Amino acid sequence: MRMKSLIAALLASATLGVVAAQAADLAIVSGDTGNGLEFLRSQLDRFEAETGNKVTVVPMPSSTTDQFGQYKLWLAAGNSDIDVYQTDVIWAPQLADQFLDLTDAAKDVVANHFPSIIESQTVNGKLVALPAFTDAPALYYRKDLLEKYGKTPPKTWAELTATAKEIQDAERAAGNPDMQGFVFQGNAYEGLTCDALEWVVSNGGGQIVEPDGTISINNEKAAAAIEMAKGWVGNISPEGVLAYQEEESRGVWQLGNAVFMRNWPYAYQLGNGDDSAVKGKFDVVPLPIGEGEGARSAATLGGWNVAVSKYSKAPEEAIKLALFLSSTEVQKERAIKQSNLPTIVSLYDDADVAAAQPIIPNWKEVFVNAVPRPSAPTKVKYNEVSSLFWSAVHDTLSGNGTAAENLELLEAKLTELKGDAW
Amino acid sequence: MTVEATAGPAVRTQPKIESELLRSRVGAAMWFLLPMLAALAVVAGWPLLRTIYFSLTNASLTDLYGADFIGFKNYLSWTTLKSGRTVFSGLLVDPTWWNAVWNTLRFAVLSVTLETILGMIVALVLNAEFKGRGIVRAAILIPWAIPTIVSAKMWSWMLNDQFGIINDLFLKLGLISQKIAWTAQADTAMTAVLVVDIWKTTPFMALLILAGLQMIPKDIYEAAEIDGVHPVKVFFRVTLPLVRPALMVAVIFRLLDAMRIFDLIYVLTPNSSATKTMSVVSRENLFDFDKFAYGSAQSTLLFLLIAVMTALYIWLGKVRFDGGDR
Repeated sequence: MRMKSLIAALLASATLGVVAAQAADLAIVSGDTGNGLEFLRSQLDRFEAETGNKVTVVPMPSSTTDQFGQYKLWLAAGNSDIDVYQTDVIWAPQLADQFLDLTDAAKDVVANHFPSIIESQTVNGKLVALPAFTDAPALYYRKDLLEKYGKTPPKTWAELTATAKEIQDAERAAGNPDMQGFVFQGNAYEGLTCDALEWVVSNGGGQIVEPDGTISINNEKAAAAIEMAKGWVGNISPEGVLAYQEEESRGVWQLGNAVFMRNWPYAYQLGNGDDSAVKGKFDVVPLPIGEGEGARSAATLGGWNVAVSKYSKAPEEAIKLALFLSSTEVQKERAIKQSNLPTIVSLYDDADVAAAQPIIPNWKEVFVNAVPRPSAPTKVKYNEVSSLFWSAVHDTLSGNGTAAENLELLEAKLTELKGDAW
Repeated sequence: MTVEATAGPAVRTQPKIESELLRSRVGAAMWFLLPMLAALAVVAGWPLLRTIYFSLTNASLTDLYGADFIGFKNYLSWTTLKSGRTVFSGLLVDPTWWNAVWNTLRFAVLSVTLETILGMIVALVLNAEFKGRGIVRAAILIPWAIPTIVSAKMWSWMLNDQFGIINDLFLKLGLISQKIAWTAQADTAMTAVLVVDIWKTTPFMALLILAGLQMIPKDIYEAAEIDGVHPVKVFFRVTLPLVRPALMVAVIFRLLDAMRIFDLIYVLTPNSSATKTMSVVSRENLFDFDKFAYGSAQSTLLFLLIAVMTALYIWLGKVRFDGGDR
């Protein structure tokens, strides 16, 4: 008897759900760092008030590699619990089949975004995700320390190494044994692919796999760039950098224990927070350049997008949420409160943004120099390409073989992985 | 197991005159076992068969059901080049895999050995009569009760090179001259994992051994005492042989557990070849890479390796699970 009434109640609620499709219960996943989740919640509260939908945030680990594994599993199982995914810029080709085509829904707004970003999220003519913000890292430096020792922000990696070493040693002698010259992301994960790609490109060593699919990584310039980074570990960078992700390096930096840091824009706002030891004492410049022919400043193109699962039970409302999160208003709020870079071109000339985050208009230059990771040419094999690359770099940094040996091996593995075509 | 132990001898001594009662008891036992067997078949048997099946296909996570059967190519395949040279590929010649196997075996042997020794010591202490023994017995189980992910994260903060308490403590005590990145450096990463694992599972070993110790009749010890046997000799001649059945079962539980280690390594150390174990690489292939079938082949091989090791252990160690000794 009780069972029957339970089933009846379930059926009733299911039919009610269909009738009341206007107000849906949505779920969004996010692996944001810092106070990103708080910000997302505040925006979702606005969305809830405007549309009457309810949105639950499902927090995820901050490592993009961990997130990807979980999302792929959920999507392969046709999980309908999550409606909207926050996706990394490199995922579009790998997850394209599992997301809804947003071309129609976004046809009025796509022209506002940077065309290159929209292109990165388009797979075989299908717009897989809408950009929420873009990302390009820069070199953070301590204004006060550079002034104290009469230095200027470094233009080349060699200058960075020399300056970092000098200030680090002097500061250690002056009574801060924890001072480090330079912190970056050296853990074996997607972040190391980003960091190492910058070293290689800035030295004129190519983009691992070129846009036409050629494997270019095994060259002297690339090897020299990675050897240079190896020279940092235990010298101007702590040994522990081999296990650092973004948040660990920011931890060292924000305690005031690093002269330089390579990080994404989000660290700018957090570094100027009231609890930060480096508040008002730092600035950013584009990442240094390498040596020789083809050397230039390079920043790996990052950024996050919102995609709608094709298994969503309320696709229309979910698409509304995706459009909302990529809208001009939310991106402006995000730029002001989170120092995330907008993907909407006009916001770089916005007076409010410039007043709150003076770095953002300057970042346009960094963004122009941004290098995409080879996710487009390597398609569904990108993750494995990236993993092979970061493993080769991590092995070199931890003293397991020279850069030249490891890159030769990497080339052989990539050739095998490629087979006839990517 | 219990059914065999009680029914076995009876059947053997009286093969013809098998009593009606015994047969009905065995029948009833089968009925009681049935729900358990059905549950095992659904949650363990079926996934295992599916994994073995997938390992013989070219399945990918985005296209699980449209996979083609390709035989043993995931395990071993070869092509002969135009120059006449034969190139092998597949799991059995994959150096990443064998490196992971080596890492796992090294971890399993070292951790289980140390945990057994330490667990024995702790169990002997807890077996002695002293004030507050109940509280100590409960307290020692705390590391075992904390979920592994939580304790791994906790230790990863304690072992952190810049803000970790371990480095701070060692520096202040003068044991090290500079901060060490315990989990990041290839030469200390495995040691760090071992330390955390031993911290966590020694209580489990101690508890199982303690249960064995309490089965030993007190009068044997009294007899040894009256005869004036040296305590060390009592341990090796009385305690160890009598606790051996319980010890062997405890060791095999831990060994099975250690062979499939995943969470500690995944949380504590960077994803580097120095610490990657079989479970870690197979998960990576299954979900991160587009190689579901290859990952299934690795899982299958992991299963076979554990099965062979267990069989060898039971056979060589003459382990019996009914508490007796052969």
